[in-house]
Amino acid sequence: MRECVGMLLAGGEGKRLGALTNQIAKPAVPFGGKYRIIDFTLSNCSNSNIQTLGVLTQYSPLELNRHIGNGKPWDMDRRYGGVSVLSPYTAKTGGDWYSGTADAIYQNIHFINQYNPKYVLVISGDHIYQMNYQKLLNQHIRTKADATISVIKVPWEEASRFGILNTTDSLRIYEFEEKPEHPQSNLASMGIYIFTWETLKAYLIQDAMRKTSSHDFGKDIIPAMLGDEKRLYAYEFDGYWKDVGTIQSYWEANMDLLNNEQSGLSLDNNSWRIHTQDSNYPPQFIGKDATVRHSLINSGCFVYGKVEKSVLFSNAKVEKSSTVSQSILHSGVKVGRNSNLHRVIVMENTVIPEGTNIHVGDNDEPMVINQEILNGMLAMTGGGKQ
Amino acid sequence: MKTMMGLINLEHEHHVFNELTYFRTHASIPFAGRYRMIDFALSNMVNSGINEVAIFARSKYRSLSDHLGTGENWNLDRRNGGLYILPPDWNDPSDVSKGDLQFFHNNRDYFNRGKSDYVLISGSQFTANIDYDEAFKYHIDRGADVTLVTTVAEELREEHIPYFRICADDLGWVEDITNEQTNPLLFTGAYIINRSLLMELVDDCIAYNRDHFFVHGIKEKLADLRVVMYRYKGYGAFINSIESYYRHNMNLLIEDNYLELFFNPPFVKTKVSSNPPAKYYNPSSVKQSILANGCEVEGEVDKSILFRGVIVNEGAQIKNSIIMQRCTIEEDVYLENVILDKDVHVKKGQRIIGSKDKPYVVAKRSDI
Repeated sequence: MRECVGMLLAGGEGKRLGALTNQIAKPAVPFGGKYRIIDFTLSNCSNSNIQTLGVLTQYSPLELNRHIGNGKPWDMDRRYGGVSVLSPYTAKTGGDWYSGTADAIYQNIHFINQYNPKYVLVISGDHIYQMNYQKLLNQHIRTKADATISVIKVPWEEASRFGILNTTDSLRIYEFEEKPEHPQSNLASMGIYIFTWETLKAYLIQDAMRKTSSHDFGKDIIPAMLGDEKRLYAYEFDGYWKDVGTIQSYWEANMDLLNNEQSGLSLDNNSWRIHTQDSNYPPQFIGKDATVRHSLINSGCFVYGKVEKSVLFSNAKVEKSSTVSQSILHSGVKVGRNSNLHRVIVMENTVIPEGTNIHVGDNDEPMVINQEILNGMLAMTGGGKQ
Repeated sequence: MKTMMGLINLEHEHHVFNELTYFRTHASIPFAGRYRMIDFALSNMVNSGINEVAIFARSKYRSLSDHLGTGENWNLDRRNGGLYILPPDWNDPSDVSKGDLQFFHNNRDYFNRGKSDYVLISGSQFTANIDYDEAFKYHIDRGADVTLVTTVAEELREEHIPYFRICADDLGWVEDITNEQTNPLLFTGAYIINRSLLMELVDDCIAYNRDHFFVHGIKEKLADLRVVMYRYKGYGAFINSIESYYRHNMNLLIEDNYLELFFNPPFVKTKVSSNPPAKYYNPSSVKQSILANGCEVEGEVDKSILFRGVIVNEGAQIKNSIIMQRCTIEEDVYLENVILDKDVHVKKGQRIIGSKDKPYVVAKRSDI
């Protein structure tokens, strides 16, 4: 599909994810036992046959750059097109950080122009969903739209937390309201857009010259297009979609993988595989006294204790007489003997000493710990107990 | 810098794998949940700094070439060097070479163009995580023509019968290569040889109408060559029959063996897949087992090895078994001492029980 170039916004800092995004950008946060959040959108692109993709990075891009590499796991290591990581740059006329989502695309107009596409897909790398962008594009072409925005029905009582699109029966958009107090519709924007490139380019250039603009798609570009009565359509998506913007929602989305029949989020779909860099670890080893229930466990793990309703990334280890429940252990985490973890998110390579107890109440937000946080906790309690 | 090039010679390897080799060469038999037998020889070479490897493969190598691809999983997709699967002949009517000499003769370019002065040759049946770089340093230090990698069998078994035994003096110089069955010092099939000498010996073997390079080129010329042995002391297994295959898979359920074979960096590498992490349902019971990604378990698994994408439904019980890729085990099935090759589908309520010494083997893509 060469007529459409994808632009993936991956600069998000993810402030509300706490320690999870201390060192890495939100799209690079580990997810689902094996993946990073951005793998879902990268795989959507490759499964939708988007062959040219620009990934716009800004905040702490090191891990993200290494993860994407030459794009091989997503079949994006191509001679023509493929994946390009686009970071902010300086040129003869100066240079600056991307000051908004629209500005990030504006500063890379020359990147898109070299492929001379008819359409541009703009997505963001911090949402968990499985979507065929081809269907979105088909509707865009059929309705001869200037822009098509993917929407999802949200519960009415939550609608005021989202950007809401008001549409006619034929899904033509006549109004966009950011977090409306009294929503007239429950169609929330998913931050997934397809634009006809010629139209978008004109608006981006116009917007770049407006000093008062915040250079944001939702706040500036879409309202400007609506003001000019351009053809904007909504595309209704009815699968699983989640913005993993908070620790609570990050934890929930991981748990949703364990309840895929209720949640609709599944990694088992052979025709819509989520691809990632594989660590090439040996298979997991389950000891003779182990109990593993209702969990996802990646290769390289060793389990001798009890694991329930949890997600274990590669090379995690749970020793004898320990219990890990409703928790997420990132790569290389070691849980010593006689320890109990309940509703805890343990970051990469953290070593939890013998006899540690961390129990977060079922109504509280799950706790994120790394070695530093853990050491602080242990120092305060003078040992293994909390 | 002195370097080696690699050669994995699958010709002349004795094996009795029956059902498991109906559709594939023995080097591509799946092993330990996600590997193929050849991964050990190949990874050991790459991990020892070798960056060009050739494989002599005569037949049934579709699955082997599918597994190896461009060699990228072993970092062998290179501008310089890389991976070569070499066929035995060119239909050249003047070609008089036989056995593995046919491969050497018809693929001289590989050796002549190589940039290394030394060649590491191995088979695919000795399963171990060996650092050949140490053996290579030893080869150089001792000033040997040929260095044979050996190991001592703790207990001699049937699987050891086809392998040569080594007699050496106190300094490690090899005095005899025999079939003396009571000698536990075994030749692993891996040896290092100077490249120019290799080609010289190949020519000599062809001139005298020989058909087995190691036997005629090295064993019979022992008196004329400086052959030294390098003893490997870590965990290793010779796998050349269903029985040894089964037993050595089961041995990996002992943690120390598993750690030594797989968790000593640098790791053994294999073809990666996009399978999601293994999924355990409620209820499920998994004890002392090795599971690869993509598995979905609702039933009971005990002392078994499950390859990628195996589905075990509720009420099914699997004991002491090896279940290969994408097998589906329906409800209330009972399997004990069984090897299921890839894509086998076992229907509801079936019971299959093999014996400990002779596991029951089901060929690829069967429905039971």
